[in-house]
Amino acid sequence: MSAEAIQSRRDWLLSERPASRTQARLGRAYVAWRRFSANRLAFVGLLIIIALLVIAALAGVLAPYSPTVGDLKNARLLAPSAAHWFGTDDLGRDIYSRILYGSRWTLYVVILVAIIAAPIGLLVGTVAGYAGGWTDAILMRITDIFLAFPKLILALAFVAALGPGIENAVLAIAITSWPPYARIARAETLTVRNSDYIKAVQLMGASPARIVLRHIMPLCISSLIIRVTLDMAGIILTAAGLGFLGLGAQPPLPEWGTMIASGRRFVLDQWWVAGAPGFAILIVSLGFNLLGDGLRDALDPRSGDQ
Amino acid sequence: MTSAIAVDRLEVVFDRFRALKGVSLEVREGESYGLVGESGSGKSTLLRAIAGLAPVSSGSIAVNGKKLGARRAKAFYREVQMVFQDPYGSLHPRQTVDRLLQEPLAIHGFADGEKRIERALDEVGLGNGFRFRYAHQLSGGQRQRVAIARALILEPSILLLDEPTSALDASVQAEVLNLLEEVRRRRKLTFLMVSHDLAIITHMCERLMVMQNGEAVETLTASQLIGHRVNADYTRKLLRASEGFVRA
Amino acid sequence: MSVLLDVEELRVTFPTRTGLIEAVRGVSFSLGRERLGIVGESGSGKSQTGRAIMGLTPPQARISAGKLAFDGIDLLGISPRERRALRGNRIAMILQDPKYSLDPVMSIGRQIVETLRTHEKVSKAEARERALAMLEAVQIRDPKRVFDLHPHEVSGGMGQRAMIAMMLIAGPELMIADEPTSALDVTVQLDVLNILDKLVSERGMGLIFISHDLRLVSSFCDRVVVMYAGKVVEQLKASELREAQHPYTRGLLNCMPRIGFERHPLPVLDRKPEWAA
Repeated sequence: MSAEAIQSRRDWLLSERPASRTQARLGRAYVAWRRFSANRLAFVGLLIIIALLVIAALAGVLAPYSPTVGDLKNARLLAPSAAHWFGTDDLGRDIYSRILYGSRWTLYVVILVAIIAAPIGLLVGTVAGYAGGWTDAILMRITDIFLAFPKLILALAFVAALGPGIENAVLAIAITSWPPYARIARAETLTVRNSDYIKAVQLMGASPARIVLRHIMPLCISSLIIRVTLDMAGIILTAAGLGFLGLGAQPPLPEWGTMIASGRRFVLDQWWVAGAPGFAILIVSLGFNLLGDGLRDALDPRSGDQ
Repeated sequence: MTSAIAVDRLEVVFDRFRALKGVSLEVREGESYGLVGESGSGKSTLLRAIAGLAPVSSGSIAVNGKKLGARRAKAFYREVQMVFQDPYGSLHPRQTVDRLLQEPLAIHGFADGEKRIERALDEVGLGNGFRFRYAHQLSGGQRQRVAIARALILEPSILLLDEPTSALDASVQAEVLNLLEEVRRRRKLTFLMVSHDLAIITHMCERLMVMQNGEAVETLTASQLIGHRVNADYTRKLLRASEGFVRA
Repeated sequence: MSVLLDVEELRVTFPTRTGLIEAVRGVSFSLGRERLGIVGESGSGKSQTGRAIMGLTPPQARISAGKLAFDGIDLLGISPRERRALRGNRIAMILQDPKYSLDPVMSIGRQIVETLRTHEKVSKAEARERALAMLEAVQIRDPKRVFDLHPHEVSGGMGQRAMIAMMLIAGPELMIADEPTSALDVTVQLDVLNILDKLVSERGMGLIFISHDLRLVSSFCDRVVVMYAGKVVEQLKASELREAQHPYTRGLLNCMPRIGFERHPLPVLDRKPEWAA
């Protein structure tokens, strides 16, 4: 594309007089993108997350060995080498391959938790904030009960009740992670519910459900996205923690937390068995945190020229 | 003839604070009526109570002869609409003008949305170029025009105006006041307008009520006020203040 | 008349993502011990002019001027420390809303005392005496009671009077008032202006009164500077406002509704691009 074509496309996106709904929407997204990509670290975070997605999608192609079947006879606890980049574990499995496959489980946990917990939190928070009175009191006290327990302990209790396994771990984490989202959504709702633009919609004769769904929720979503992204690292760590305690993913699933758990026995002599998945968790958590910070700058509803 | 708005001994209490202390008011059909007072006079509260945005503890409000209950029926909003004071706060920050104008049409199930939106924008002098802009891409005066278009799109017979120009520059104020007068003439609207500025009220309204501390001080016609034929000391004080600074 | 403030070709430029924005584009005027009004609409650069003189321009902005001299002192040449010493002591500023310019957690009296003691070495008892006298001077009826109140406990008019008291306590020679009465009710507005007027003339201060309200400014000030798009379009005596030459000034005067002058529709301002050129 020539420089002129790029320039004219940019002008089209940044137009102060968009001519269609699509142009207005794209222009807005472009402004947010420009602000986001101006932040170098956030961009690094985004690259890490994209890499995670690519690896998860192509694990089958990229992994040189099977993640579950090892060579018990010849390849137990080998140090990192050209043949096994991250070494092998006590069952002779290639750790590099296991980490590549493990990215799928990490994503699985993170995405499922996000799509369960965030909507629950958003709904509870906006309804409580907009309705006020008794509805608010009841919903927020329930939220408080959940918040009163440490997250991991509560998740442990749920998994103990539901039985170990990665699906139950996801459920347990989701159940314990919505309350902060409800708090955020309620706080946002309280700041906008008395604004004139919400009054104006009330004066149109809109029903409370319509106001909450179409006018209040869109305003809460960006702070929620930011918070969820920043929480991703915590979710990964909780999932890993549950895996470590034997309550999350069960062997031989190559889940990173479970891998650390099984590697802890050799952590002094064969550090790579626990070290490699630990490092993977570190990198991905860092990626989500950087991304979240960048999104905060890009999506902040309070920033003027949004 | 039934009156457009009839308010009888209205009381509004916020957390034990009596914002309105038994105010009565009658606005005739097609009339432009002004409420004047300083902050805390209850003028905005009265307007909001009529719109259903303030808690009424006693007294009654009737619009076009129909007495209003605590909850407004959907049909009420097709009779009465409101324009707010702050054009920066009355438009949703994440919606385009198009979306803002579509919302009332969607709520009331109008089919010919496209045409109505175009017509509404034309009527307030904005045209289609503004249709897909967000509020932050508009100036204060343009925002207020959008707010007026939004209020008019349901074709109400009564418009409640809460200091519609006090946040605008003087030159923009003149444009918005002219626009309001023009739509009133064209659509034969009834206005109930709140302002702290006597000059604006006498310019826009035929009759007015002076308010102070949640009570009515006196009711006047615009010509009585212009001729300084007023009874209350407070009104006289307001009149003097509106003439600018006089060195003692 | 001695010149207290001399402003020549003042420019204030803000860098933004899309390039430089010139808020003030070459403003010149001089001020003696008189009341000068600066009038303009939003975006005219009137507030930025006041802030630049006061030294309160945001740090990312660039200021340049052919001359910006207060009582012979080059304001752009002196160190930030010297500038701070001038501020509050010899040049004071009143802002629009006392709610935002008074410290919410300190009593009004203490704020006035602190202000005085940062500029003058006086004993606590004497500072208190002078603060009380100052509160009385701004016509606060019960100064002893108000002395111990916090800003949220007083009305807007009272807060603005306290603000004036605080600004005047160090005996400044130049006062910049940026929309000092716009947040107040009309009747209170006049009380505050009366106090300001009296103090300014008694103490022989220079006053720059910044406002959007042409009529108020012309009734209060001796001279009026009319700004549009960062430039001065006209300077004239307040008494000669009716004979204003520039179409912008005339348009601004004309477009306001006036009691007893029926005009339907109101004349509107026809903005010409050459005014901003």
